[in-house]
Amino acid sequence: MNTALELKNVSKSFGLVKANKNINLAVEAGSIHGIIGENGAGKSTLMNIIYGMHRADSGEIHFGGQKVDVRSSADAIEHGIGMVHQHFMLVPTFTVLENVMLGTEGGLMLRDGRGAALERLLHLSETYNLQVDPHALVSDLNVGQRQRVEIIKALKGGAKVLILDEPTGVLTPQEADQLFEILKVLRDDGVSVLLITHKLSEIMDITDTVSIMRQGEMVGHRKTSETSPQELAELMVGREVLLEVDRKPAKPAEVRFSAKNLGYTNAQGVVELEDINFEVRSGEILGVAGVSGNGQTQLMETLAGMRHLTSGSLNILGTEVTAADQTDPRIIRDLGVGHIPEDRHTHGLVLNFEARENMILGFQDTELAGSGKLFDYKTIQQNCEDKMAHYDVRPPNPRLNAKNFSGGNQQKIVIAREFSANPGVLLVGQPTRGVDVGAIEFIHKQLLELRDAGCAILLVSVELDEIMSLSDRIMVLCGGQNVGIIDSADADRQTLGLMMAGQRQEAAA
Amino acid sequence: MSTPTPPLPRWADLILLPIINLFAAFFICGLIVLAIGENPIEALGVMIKGAFVYSGGLGYTLFYTTNYVFTGLAVALAFHCKMFNIGGEGQALIGGLGAALASFSLGVYLPAPLAIPLAVLGAFIAGGIWGVIPGYLQAKRGSHIVITTIMFNFLAASLMVYLLAGPMLEAGQQSPQTAKLAESTLLPKMADMLRPLGFDITSSPLNASFLIALGAMAVFYVLVWHTRLGFNIRSVGQNQEAAHYAGINVARTIIITMAISGGFAGLLATNEILGFNHKVVLNFTAGYGFTGIAVALMGRNHPIGIFLAALLFGALTQGGGELDFEFQSITREMVLLIQGMIILFSGALAYMFNPPLARMIAKFVAPKDPANG
Repeated sequence: MNTALELKNVSKSFGLVKANKNINLAVEAGSIHGIIGENGAGKSTLMNIIYGMHRADSGEIHFGGQKVDVRSSADAIEHGIGMVHQHFMLVPTFTVLENVMLGTEGGLMLRDGRGAALERLLHLSETYNLQVDPHALVSDLNVGQRQRVEIIKALKGGAKVLILDEPTGVLTPQEADQLFEILKVLRDDGVSVLLITHKLSEIMDITDTVSIMRQGEMVGHRKTSETSPQELAELMVGREVLLEVDRKPAKPAEVRFSAKNLGYTNAQGVVELEDINFEVRSGEILGVAGVSGNGQTQLMETLAGMRHLTSGSLNILGTEVTAADQTDPRIIRDLGVGHIPEDRHTHGLVLNFEARENMILGFQDTELAGSGKLFDYKTIQQNCEDKMAHYDVRPPNPRLNAKNFSGGNQQKIVIAREFSANPGVLLVGQPTRGVDVGAIEFIHKQLLELRDAGCAILLVSVELDEIMSLSDRIMVLCGGQNVGIIDSADADRQTLGLMMAGQRQEAAA
Repeated sequence: MSTPTPPLPRWADLILLPIINLFAAFFICGLIVLAIGENPIEALGVMIKGAFVYSGGLGYTLFYTTNYVFTGLAVALAFHCKMFNIGGEGQALIGGLGAALASFSLGVYLPAPLAIPLAVLGAFIAGGIWGVIPGYLQAKRGSHIVITTIMFNFLAASLMVYLLAGPMLEAGQQSPQTAKLAESTLLPKMADMLRPLGFDITSSPLNASFLIALGAMAVFYVLVWHTRLGFNIRSVGQNQEAAHYAGINVARTIIITMAISGGFAGLLATNEILGFNHKVVLNFTAGYGFTGIAVALMGRNHPIGIFLAALLFGALTQGGGELDFEFQSITREMVLLIQGMIILFSGALAYMFNPPLARMIAKFVAPKDPANG
């Protein structure tokens, strides 16, 4: 086999931080090559070097057997390297075609360039099964379709190496499967795909070879067929990792949280939740499964008081809440409900606040901020130090702004705050989204400890594995309706998949 | 573009960068002074002497500083809640109305120790009302605060013209102004206050409201960083969604913030009306409300920074007048030019010198990595 891309002893430092140390990497033509590593392992830096966004301090890049000097992304594109970034770089108010031709408009008038771009676009979407309407506005497309536009953009210059940075982070499982199909077609056509991810399952499913990074270094290269998730995880983290959650049977006690005919209709009159019934007992985890966008977010936010339920009622630790009550998050919190929001950047944290301020967010009216009228920063500092130590937040610096922590540690701050309040009921949304393997293990263990201490937990996650391994019972949402609740012992991917598609489970308990 | 800028150390960000910006502004102004045929060094000397050295100069400087502190604090507090309060001008005008109403209605019957706080409170509350209406419209109706506060400036100006030329016009007076306020509500001059203590300073408009300004700075600091309300204000300002999640009533916080912000602006009337004019005159706010935006920006929304920025603008206002007096070819407009340059360099271009400065500091602070030669 011939090598499409080769890196020799590439190093890159930012100040005193060595982001990449003597990286060697060889990617075969016509293969899918995975790069896996925890957050901050240096994957993105390496890709940015290949794509010309950063310049390596030392080392060589060989492309198609020739040494090349990539000084900018324009150089990279010229050498046949395309990249799909984690955060899409599309103009929402432009059509697909306009986005694709961006940067290659041709002459003064758009007409010629447009014709050529359209031809290229149609050719690519036909060849690689990248179905997308060239004349649709990007703002009207869903995330999976937007990603296809990004891929077309990356391929339009005739890319031979395609880099994808965490491409499935924003996709539903179905969309991810479609993406993988597209990648396989690309591979069979001779394109080398570099897939950056921290999800082990993706590596195992789709790649041919995999390179593992840890703390800026390449710690191993493997043929995917000759490795196991266990080995990869250990290489990534540098120690033994428990991938399977060790879950003892639940001992459910009294009902702490229940919903009766719960409904939510938004301001535009769209029914987003309809007739939801469930109860969560002390000492159990009720998982909420569903394809992303089927009402999970609305359910969580309605239960947390961030939206007003429009019909039905809730019973929270004995207090009845109906549509007439006009709840708000303060009221729900004061009833003893903790909430790990789905999106920690939007809801869970104030990124420009120090860690210690985030550690009292939502509890600023309690003793945690001091017993008097004014804030007592000694108490606030101590509170943060204690929780950081207990939940292993790194670095343990209460004065650091939240935005300067890694994703996993940001999530630990939210978790430390909400868990230590010892809530009677806990709403948990996507607890491990964007969190690395080591932290996932920790977060799962804490959740189960809280359950065993008697908390009633409602868990929403797009990771089906997470739902299945943590929950005692699973509720499936489809189109804002409760398809059914089944015991997790009876749940397998097949059953849940059918329920997620809306098929009611008659035998459901 | 290949290497990201290293972060600037805190001390350089807070002290060095503003000084460099200031120098850049003065440098450009110096060139302009040179171009019209005057000696810029001499001009700078005159300004500094005028602002700080000449008899009474410092008093005038601090008098202007007081105005800028009030409007700077008003803008800064709103900034902490991510509200852009451009209505300082109108809020200050209405603050004058509030002070006058308190003075005319109750001040006449009360002794100074009761009447003065009442008049000050009148200014604060009236300014607050003028701030809270746009705040309410923003929080509950989504009317953009920038638009409404600008409109409220015009409303305030028109209202004052109507009142001063009509219902509140002093009998027998030709120019639009009220009668003299009740004697018991007037703030004493600083010179008169210090004389019994053995300090004999030249009389100037500087009055007790300078102390009110210092008090307002302290209140601002405690409010923003040490109270629950301040925490709510900053949370809403930094991330409304997270504030809502945390159980903070976002709408109420915005309304309260705008009330206090307007109140700070209203306090300007204590200096101009209760301390100096002793009656409400037309347009006594003279643009301080707008300059307050620059003061807040330059002072990084912190009371200490605001005081320093206000002092700078106060010195420019006073020293600029001196400049106009001493040099034939330099007019008052020159001072506006300098102010404009400072706003340009400290506000709009505040971070222009950041990348080169950061690189320079990084070179000195971090030793070269031996591994990379």
